[in-house]
Amino acid sequence: MNPQISAFGMAFLFILGGIVLVLLGLAVASLLRPHRPNVEKLAAYECGEEALGSVWGQFNGRYYVIALIFVLFEVELVFLFPWATVFGQKELIEITEGRWGWFSLVEVWLFIGILVLGLAYIWAKGHLEWLKPQPQDTDYQSKIPAKAYERINRTYQKNKT
Amino acid sequence: MQIPLENILILSAFLFCIGLMIMITKRNIVVVLMGIELILNAANLNLVAFSQYDAEKLQGQVFALFVMVVAAAEAAVGLAILLLVYRHFKTANLDQISKMKG
Amino acid sequence: MVLLLFYFFCFLIVVSAFLMLLTRHILYAAFLLLLTFLGIAALYALVGADFLAVSQVVIYVGGVLVLLLFGIMLTHQPVGGQPSAAPQTESRNLWWGALTGIGFFALLAQVIYKADFTSKAWIVSAESQKRLLNNSSIPHLGANLMTHYLLPFEIIAILLLVALVGATLLASRKS
Repeated sequence: MNPQISAFGMAFLFILGGIVLVLLGLAVASLLRPHRPNVEKLAAYECGEEALGSVWGQFNGRYYVIALIFVLFEVELVFLFPWATVFGQKELIEITEGRWGWFSLVEVWLFIGILVLGLAYIWAKGHLEWLKPQPQDTDYQSKIPAKAYERINRTYQKNKT
Repeated sequence: MQIPLENILILSAFLFCIGLMIMITKRNIVVVLMGIELILNAANLNLVAFSQYDAEKLQGQVFALFVMVVAAAEAAVGLAILLLVYRHFKTANLDQISKMKG
Repeated sequence: MVLLLFYFFCFLIVVSAFLMLLTRHILYAAFLLLLTFLGIAALYALVGADFLAVSQVVIYVGGVLVLLLFGIMLTHQPVGGQPSAAPQTESRNLWWGALTGIGFFALLAQVIYKADFTSKAWIVSAESQKRLLNNSSIPHLGANLMTHYLLPFEIIAILLLVALVGATLLASRKS
């Protein structure tokens, strides 16, 4: 075996190979299998509601902000893994008489703090808020007075207790 | 048994050219962004391939890591601009977005 | 064995990148891009960059590709509610594109074979001294990030901050 591939790299290659082989199997199967669709087979549900319209709807733009924040924090997370492997290394801490630990801890707090600042800014400015449609008031006057509803509520409350 | 360096370089040149062709021929903004990602990946592949001869400092790998982060930031901002463009022009086709001061 | 794996993933990358160029469906292109990214991650693992292989999967497959899919779904308007109104893209400048791509590839390939990198002095010395990577590169990378590359490391945080605030302000309708 090649000594250049680390033990973890080998495991990773196995995972990737597994994913790719499953995809290859699906691709080959789609080439070999018969393709005879009819209306019943193509229906979304075999029984129950008939599906209406197209699946290719347009999504709301507000989802994008959430995805964006997720991706940027994920990118930041990637940098924490190499830091975590050296942060507590005994030799490094002993060589520097304990300064290494504090040094790297402060660095990473700074690193995270800068991005959290951005999140706080967005939050404070209200970009994370989900804009809901406002319920609209109508000027419709009901003929039944509000008292009638209260009386019904009271009688039912009494019956319960 | 070592992977020949030339093969990796040729592969990355191939990826670069495919990305270039996608950028030139396709007309949808998202697909053009995909071409840009392919080009960045080709550059990364070169950096990592040369980095195996620099086991002390790993300059190539660190550089590739930074390129990845910049690519993620670029995709985020690029797609935000795409959203704005789409709201204004109601299309994501580059040929139809030809007016300035729309 | 390793060479076989290398050629297998090379084949995967080449085929999926080429199909990406040919297909008209944007979603197919996105999934072929996923295959390409996975193949490149495997190549990283093969040349000894195991941490980069994982971050390739995390950043590109888990991050950038998700954003691209969002971009597709957010900007696609189905025509008349037809069931087969999948997002597609047009192509232009086919001849110029092919000419540029093939010409550039020929140029690059010629340069690579002429330059003869494997006989460069520093690569030969690195190979002869067996200073190649032989175990996980993660602790090495971590120590380097904390010392040699400290300034870029912090600047990355600022870049991410700028991208976060800027892209959110652009994308959200409130501004």
